[in-house]
Amino acid sequence: MFAYIVRRIISTIPVVLMVALFVFSLLYIAPGDPAAIIAGDQATPADVERIRASLGLDRPFLIRFFDWFWHVLQGDLGTSIFTNLPVSHMIAQRIEPTVSLMVLTLILSLGLAIPMGVVAAWKHGSWIDRSVMMTAVLGFSTPVFVIGYVLAYIFALRLDWLPVQGFTPISQGLIPFLRSLILPSVALGLVYMALIARITRATMLDVLSQDYIRTAKAKGVGQRGMLFVHALKNAAVPIVTIVGIGFAALIGGAVVTESVFAIPGLGRLTVDAILRRDYPIIQGVVLLFSFVYVLVNLGVDLLYTVFDPRIRY
Amino acid sequence: MSVTTPDFTAAPELPAILPEAKQRGRIAGFIYRHPTIFVGGLLVLVMVFIAIFAPYLGTKDPTALAPARRTREPSALYWFGTDMLGRDVYSRVMYGSRVSLIVGFAVAFCASILGTFIGLIAGFIRALDAVIMRVMDGLMSIPPILLAIALMALTRASVQNVIIAISIAEFPRVSRLVRGVVLSLREQPYVEAATASGTRVPVIIWKHILPNTLAPLMVQATFICASAMITEATLSFIGAGTPPIIPSWGNIMAEGRALWQVKPYIVFFPAIFLSVTVLAVNLLGDGLRDALDPRLAKRL
Repeated sequence: MFAYIVRRIISTIPVVLMVALFVFSLLYIAPGDPAAIIAGDQATPADVERIRASLGLDRPFLIRFFDWFWHVLQGDLGTSIFTNLPVSHMIAQRIEPTVSLMVLTLILSLGLAIPMGVVAAWKHGSWIDRSVMMTAVLGFSTPVFVIGYVLAYIFALRLDWLPVQGFTPISQGLIPFLRSLILPSVALGLVYMALIARITRATMLDVLSQDYIRTAKAKGVGQRGMLFVHALKNAAVPIVTIVGIGFAALIGGAVVTESVFAIPGLGRLTVDAILRRDYPIIQGVVLLFSFVYVLVNLGVDLLYTVFDPRIRY
Repeated sequence: MSVTTPDFTAAPELPAILPEAKQRGRIAGFIYRHPTIFVGGLLVLVMVFIAIFAPYLGTKDPTALAPARRTREPSALYWFGTDMLGRDVYSRVMYGSRVSLIVGFAVAFCASILGTFIGLIAGFIRALDAVIMRVMDGLMSIPPILLAIALMALTRASVQNVIIAISIAEFPRVSRLVRGVVLSLREQPYVEAATASGTRVPVIIWKHILPNTLAPLMVQATFICASAMITEATLSFIGAGTPPIIPSWGNIMAEGRALWQVKPYIVFFPAIFLSVTVLAVNLLGDGLRDALDPRLAKRL
């Protein structure tokens, strides 16, 4: 068990390095010479050269990469071209809405999709099954921002039940906080739910045909206990795998959802940075999200041992 | 056991059923067996038709400005209304189908070719396998939309760059798929037999490996096409995709965003077309997967 955990953690190091190398190359080949920008219009080529040397920009690619990576590990993501503030600082300012949105979406999606998948598998072939599968296909096919606009139109503009846009921090009360996030979370979560409900149904169908389920039924385990304890635990590995992989859709969707609902999070920061070509910010956000994605999938791999103690790599 | 079990009573009806099944036409039979391929394929064809014949479908110049007739509601004259610059939304949506379809198909094609190539190399040249797959793992650890955003931020906005950026974001999955297929095929007796009888590697790849990757590759390509369309629209929507001058569904929605609370139709018409197109491609992919891989079909 311990050996597995250690091995799995070590195996993420090359992946993290690859991501970092890629994101660094991005800034490396980004148009615009930082030395020339800092030197200003009046500088002679010699001045620019001196500034370049003082910034260390004349060193070889790999040395610059490891130097940069060393700073990243210490939380230094560079400085925004546009605001001149540290990128880590700007990210910290914007992280609360994004984390809130993603956590709520995760809770909503898992809380709805898994029971949906379980019931669909249990009532295999029934109208419940069909409607769950239909919802799943629709969820796959509708872009996050389309769902966002439709939801906002119905529940905010027409029915006036919820705020159309904006974000209320949790410090201003739980209810306003939840009200501001419910529509974005549903919009963002639908694709994720579709993914999870589908895989839950598929694995549960497999599991429910196993002998030990028949045994459980035979010894008189209740319907709910059988489905959610005996069957679901054995179906858990593929489900948590897809929860991990699907997290990418959640991250990408968050960027868009924040634009639709005017939530001042990391997504807005990214979109603004794109419009201003503020590469250090784009780089920082991509790096952060990718690390989170790698960590989530590491967590998923470690969860395997909880659900299925036989797993030993 | 009595003689009147259902098995016996049901038996005489069988001959009556069989000829009927035979009489059904081949097309009808295909539709009956693969309804999703039929519906998805038909909708995709309709969209291709719209994209090709956009100029003849009662459209006007999609980029023609007419400030005098801004933000008209949908009417007999302006079927989908006009946007804040007076451009005809119907015409823009019809022309917009071109961008989505071109990006979808081109990305599916490019990502498949590139992914197959890399996958074959990784599967056949064992020395490179570990290195290539670590690079692919790294690329796959960056959420595709963010990867595409990062790439688009580096380059000028153009349809071509959108295709390249999304292809780069999508191809690692193809290469992993192809590598997996290659690794399992290499162990097959017929490949071993071919190797033993002195067939050269390129011939083995061409004759024995590639044909067998085609089915899963086609299914994967369909899903890539669908996700590329969504990614294109997303990129355009946040201003990192197709240049604003070209009407694409994402661009139309991005422009309608400022006004959407008062004029929701500018956003909704392209949204409907985008969703229906992606749904059609996804249905096609589902159907293809079920038809080409019956084992998987039973599970999903």
